[in-house]
Parts: sequence; structure tokens; C-alpha cells
Amino acid sequence: MSSLEGRGLACSRGPATLFRDVSFRVTGGEWLAVRGPNGSGKTTLLRCVAGLTRADAGAVSRDGDLIYSGHLAGIKDDLSAEENLHGALTLRAVSVDAGAERDALARVGLEKRRSLPARRLSAGQRRRIGLARLMLDPAPIWVLDEPLTALDDAGQALFGELLARHLERGGLALLATHHDLAPPPARELRMGV
Amino acid sequence: MNAATATAGPVSAGSFATGFAWSFARDLTLAIRHPGETLLVVAFFVLVASLFPLGVGADPQLLARIGPGVIWVCALLAAFLSLPALFAGDYADGTLEQMTLSPHPMPSWASGKIAAHWVASGLPLTVLSPLIGLQYGLDPATLGTLAAALLLGTPILSLLGAACTALALGARGGGVLLALLALPLFVPVLIFGAGAAEAQAAGLSPAPHLSLLAAGLILALMALPFAICAAIRIALD
Repeated sequence: MSSLEGRGLACSRGPATLFRDVSFRVTGGEWLAVRGPNGSGKTTLLRCVAGLTRADAGAVSRDGDLIYSGHLAGIKDDLSAEENLHGALTLRAVSVDAGAERDALARVGLEKRRSLPARRLSAGQRRRIGLARLMLDPAPIWVLDEPLTALDDAGQALFGELLARHLERGGLALLATHHDLAPPPARELRMGV
Repeated sequence: MNAATATAGPVSAGSFATGFAWSFARDLTLAIRHPGETLLVVAFFVLVASLFPLGVGADPQLLARIGPGVIWVCALLAAFLSLPALFAGDYADGTLEQMTLSPHPMPSWASGKIAAHWVASGLPLTVLSPLIGLQYGLDPATLGTLAAALLLGTPILSLLGAACTALALGARGGGVLLALLALPLFVPVLIFGAGAAEAQAAGLSPAPHLSLLAAGLILALMALPFAICAAIRIALD
């Protein structure tokens, strides 16, 4: 069973304390919504959990592989959707055959555009490459920062489906989002209060 | 649209070879799709090195005397020109975060990136250097030594430059900072690199200079990838 736990996390940026004494625990099959106004430290918390930013205090412990996606999608403009997806999976040491990659791109609606350079895709379409990556990566822990940004209704519904399937398989997720999602969160973590 | 049938692939443990091959191949692909960067480096090198003989006049003795040093300075500045873009693209589009979180060891993909950078900047300069040397009337043995010194020296420039670029990453006015950091560190490479060809031209053995360059390269290869990774971690924090 995968799990993710943060205990007494604190982080400051320069002289400003973003948050202090933040604790949470998520286990397989549930997702935790990180909510709060702009500037309340949601992104920083997620980066702490992913291990990109060092917390001033506290500890994060997890049982399972983690996948993180931030505001920047990590998409190369000069590579096609297909190459971007394949590159991202290789970087995660996930081996998937080309057929499965094509299927995933078809499911996120990029079948006809899979060979176009990513610079010619819209913001939402670029986000969909990230959805295809979520589909193919078996990591049980998702840490996603505003995963619904730039996605249309169909895209948001697709993300909901992916999340539901992920939880069904015993995965867990920590999501910072302002949207309401189809599988409701097990709990909410309020930042900036 | 039914997502429930998509199957996730198996995960393997990260490996140095895969990480290296991944970033090396990707960066070379990007360099081929965007040849402007490489062409700029090569054009800068060829143009500036060709302007010197025009500027100082056609005195064969003077040209042969200053040739190795001038070619080395041009190669060094050309290599410096290509540095800021090394990590900037990956930093700006979020790929650097994903690479840092990858199960492949950090030095693997960092080394792959630097190797690709060298193939796209240092290697063309090395290959072209004998042609440029001809304009200075260098004899064949000196031309060979010059190319050998560049072959050993330009990878050091790429490694040192990458460390400085990683340190300057995300800093405002990074370009000036990069010049202040990198150019002084390039000085020993310049001295031994140009010294090798000058020793050869003076009828001495270039072996000591080349050996020192080779030793420097081995040291840089072993130590700098770790320094670069530490600097990237700081930049992302």
C-alpha cells in the first residue's frame, strides 16, 4: 500500500514565512486537495513533497514512486508530442512500446497531431501530453500542481477518469487545484489560514 | 473516451547509461533541429580568427608567432558564446525539474548534456582549427598539435562552462555573472592549450602541455558533473 506523509513542514522564502507546521497523510486509494488563496504556498509545499525544494523544518516520508508535474509542463517546443511523451517516459525509466504510446496519445485526443512539433500545439493540447504521461507511468504517488489549467471540459473529465482509475488501483494523489473534481477528495488541506 | 484500458509500462531502476544516452540523443536532436546555435559558434570562430591576419598585416613571421594564441582565444570565446543556452531551455520549460526527479542519477544526464554540447560546439572548432591555422602559415606539425590541444581542451571548457552556467542559472543578469565566473577559470586551459602549439612551433616537445591538458580533462570529468548537479539543485530550490 502506497502512502505519503508530511510532518510539521515549514518553508520560508526570504524573510516571509510561507507556511509552518503543515502535516498531512494520504494513503492508497485517496487523494488530498491542497487549497488556499494565491501566494499561500501551495506550489512550494508540493515542491517540498516532491523533493525539489528543501523544507526549513519537518519531514516527508513516502512509500512508493513519485511523479511530479508543476506549472511548467516540461514539454520541448522542438520535439513532437510523440517524442516528448517518449522522452518523458524514458527519463522516468518506464519502458512502454510505441503502440501503447500512440494509444495513449489517441486517448487524449492528439492522434492526428502526434508528429507536430509541440510549439504548434495549444496550451491545452500540451497539457494533454502530460495526461498521456500520467496514463502510462505506473508511479503510485501523484503530486500535481494545478493539473487542470488550460484543459477544456472534456480534458478535465478525462483527468477525472484517470484520477479515478489511479485511486482504484491503490494509487494516491496530492493535488493543488481550485477546481472541483469528479472523484471528491478524501480530505482538504487548507493553506494560508 | 475510455481511459480505463490504458496500461502503464513497467519501471526499471535508473541507470547511468540510459540517463546519459537519453540527454545526449535529445540534445543532439534539438541541436540538429535548431542548427542556428551551432552555426553561430562556428561562424564566430571562423570570422574572428580570419579577421586577425587582415588586421595585423601579412607578415608571415608575426602571424606564425601569434597564430596558436589567437586561434585559442577565438575558440575559447566561441565556446563561451554557446554556454548560456546549455541549461536555460530546460530550466525555462520545466524539463530540468523532471530530470532532477528522474530515477537516473543526476550526473548521468548532466554528463550527456555536456557531451552533446561539446559535440555541437567544441568538436566543430577542433575540426576547423587546422584550416584556420593555414591562414597563419603554421607548419603541419604545429597544426596537428593545435588540433590535439583543442581536442583535449574544449571538453574542459564545456565542463567548466557548464558548472558556471548551472551556478548562474536563474540569476538576473546571469550573462555578466557567467562571464565573470567562467572566463578566469578558462585561463589555465588557454595557457596550456596555446602553449602546446607554441612549443611545437619553437621546435620543443608539446608533450608536457598536452599531458597537463589531459590530466585536467580527467580531473574535470571526474569532479565537475557532481559540482554541476549540486549547482542545479540550488538553482531549482
